[in-house]
Amino acid sequence: MSGTYLGMPAFPRAARDAVRDTTLRGNLRHATHTIRDKRARAVAELDDWAALREAGKRIKDHTLRHLDRYLVRVEEAVTAAGGTVHWAADAEEANRIVADLVKATGESEVVKVKSMATQETGLNEALEAEGIRAYETDLAELIVQLGKDRPSHILVPAIHRNRGEIRDIFRSEMGEWGRPAPEGLTDTPAELAEAARLHLREKFLRAKVGISGANFMVAETGTLVVVESEGNGRMCLTLPETLISVVGIEKVIPTWRDLEVFLQLLPRSSTAERMNPYTSMWTGTTDGDGPRAFHLVLLDNGRTDTLADEVGRQALRCIRCSACLNVCPVYERAGGHAYGSVYPGPIGAILSPQLRGTGSEIDASLPYASSLCGACYEVCPVAIDIPEVLVHLREKVADQGGAGHRLERAAMRTATWLLDHPAALNAAERLASSTRKLHPKRLPGPGARQWTNSRDLPDLPAEPFRDWWKKNHA
Amino acid sequence: MRVALFATCVNDALYPSTAIATVKVLERLGVEVDFPAAQTCCGQPQYNTGYRRATEPLVLRTARAFEGYDHVVTPSGSCVAMVRDNYPRIGAKAVAEGRGRELAGAAASLVPHVYELTEFLVDVLGVTDVGACFPHTVTYHPSCHGLRMLGLGDRPRRLLEAVRGLELVELPGAEECCGFGGTFAVKNADVSEAMGEDKIRNAMSTGADVLCGADNSCLMHIGGMLRRQDAPQRALHLAEILASTEEEPLR
Ligand code: SF4
Repeated sequence: MSGTYLGMPAFPRAARDAVRDTTLRGNLRHATHTIRDKRARAVAELDDWAALREAGKRIKDHTLRHLDRYLVRVEEAVTAAGGTVHWAADAEEANRIVADLVKATGESEVVKVKSMATQETGLNEALEAEGIRAYETDLAELIVQLGKDRPSHILVPAIHRNRGEIRDIFRSEMGEWGRPAPEGLTDTPAELAEAARLHLREKFLRAKVGISGANFMVAETGTLVVVESEGNGRMCLTLPETLISVVGIEKVIPTWRDLEVFLQLLPRSSTAERMNPYTSMWTGTTDGDGPRAFHLVLLDNGRTDTLADEVGRQALRCIRCSACLNVCPVYERAGGHAYGSVYPGPIGAILSPQLRGTGSEIDASLPYASSLCGACYEVCPVAIDIPEVLVHLREKVADQGGAGHRLERAAMRTATWLLDHPAALNAAERLASSTRKLHPKRLPGPGARQWTNSRDLPDLPAEPFRDWWKKNHA
Repeated sequence: MRVALFATCVNDALYPSTAIATVKVLERLGVEVDFPAAQTCCGQPQYNTGYRRATEPLVLRTARAFEGYDHVVTPSGSCVAMVRDNYPRIGAKAVAEGRGRELAGAAASLVPHVYELTEFLVDVLGVTDVGACFPHTVTYHPSCHGLRMLGLGDRPRRLLEAVRGLELVELPGAEECCGFGGTFAVKNADVSEAMGEDKIRNAMSTGADVLCGADNSCLMHIGGMLRRQDAPQRALHLAEILASTEEEPLR
């Protein structure tokens, strides 16, 4: 995954600053609560939502089980339609393939459709290193790029920015990249959108190469699908001469009939719309229309390893709707950057440690970045049981030992021993109760200190329940 | 009818009043209550922190302790969710690891018999008015496990609404997690506190005397925050409100 995130501190530390940034917390709270309420209304309109969700889950599971077969079908169909398919085992290989393809066109500029896959591989930075400038054309992605920032949300990468900040970024940075912001730009949404439109128009008309991802790949015809709101993606898909699409291998679905299910699930879950404004589909190349050359880069980058994990593989059903982010109380307070990945929130907490492994400090901390409240599972349109996967990954992290886990394991074993010996447990309870007057309200030591920083401990009872029972009932 | 009380480790050691209240409510309704002394803890803290193998002895212990009872009742939604959702998983993983069917068998024997208190009252006994009296303003926090994993729905509210003298007021943002989450409260202390602060701010905005819940672990976190801030509101378990009567009122 993108090298820019290496060396991130573990989640609790990264979250600390965000928690204390009241403006950020206010922005996030407002944004996530607005969209979650709208989503709930949009979903409630459909009386077959539960059935749709189940269908989405099944189609994805079926496809993942026969992924090899469907990917070969995609390759055959794309090739037959005049496209070229490339296979990339990891981010580096994908970036190399794309850079070589761009260089072969003799161009040094490309326009980009918003794409999680190329964010994941850090493609823009890789192209930059080869002297190729990649221009993001999605509005929020443009804000992130101009601000030399990182995305903090799957759907709204600049969710952490307010309008004033966006105006400042446009004013100071647009000129660096092309057409500058108009004189006296204010922070009204209409003016900001117009500034972006003028800035991007230049890029669309000049670019000879477009780079995209895809929301879905339909195996039976080799058709790629992009779902968006602004229409900028469609410009990138149709105007350039060469189109390169980088797509995760899990994005394939078998047939057009299956697409029907996802085109209902996705917009309502992500933008709370009944249907998204633009759905673009392309199949290889067509004479006299659209790009003359089409390349599909199929990206693995940890996905087959994820597929090998019986519990964890359900994360590959994800359709990147971001509904789980918008309902997550932890994301709402910690912000997207704390997750140290282009995939923040609950899905990021289970996807990143699987795609990247749990070797780094940040990846080992992500499975714990949840109170297991289950709100993410409840809204997920493909029923990914995120809490189940989190606990499963916690086991992996605990098993690998390391920072604090050896101590914790010992404590857990001791607790289990005590709990497996009721007489000893009862003795411990009695001891605690009989010394209860001595217990301070604030305690030192790891764990206890964190707890008593903001909360009082409960008063210990005069006697445990089992003693009361013996006296009164036995 | 004879039921086994599953008091849970938290209730036993820290909140015996909740377990006592559960006994009182059940006995008042003519239920014969047993407390199998071999029980201790469902293993939730170990399991949720990633120590599945350390959970296994407790799965076996819990299942054996309640063998032979048609109904096992507990005033803790999260422990019921642990048994219902995770015991079968723990059993299945042991089978997949080639360690026999003992755990899977234990899970299968226990799961169909375990009830959260409000489920048991409303679904099995068919009562919503348990003859309680509690003349206070109360707001209800539906803990995540009860709300989403068990789908308790409006059962707790129906029980509260039938309590004489009790005025139930809506808790803003009721469905949001309070931020406890077991070891989450320690491992991600800052985020946990931020969540808890929002929860108690919402709770205090209702003006209620009491914040009521059906899970003492959440109440320990919320109540601990209320007390640290010297708030006039207190956190109380649903069972204790249901146990309160005109003759024997809760202080
Ligand atoms: S995990 Fe589910 S809710 Fe979250 S982004 Fe993926 S599909 Fe959407």
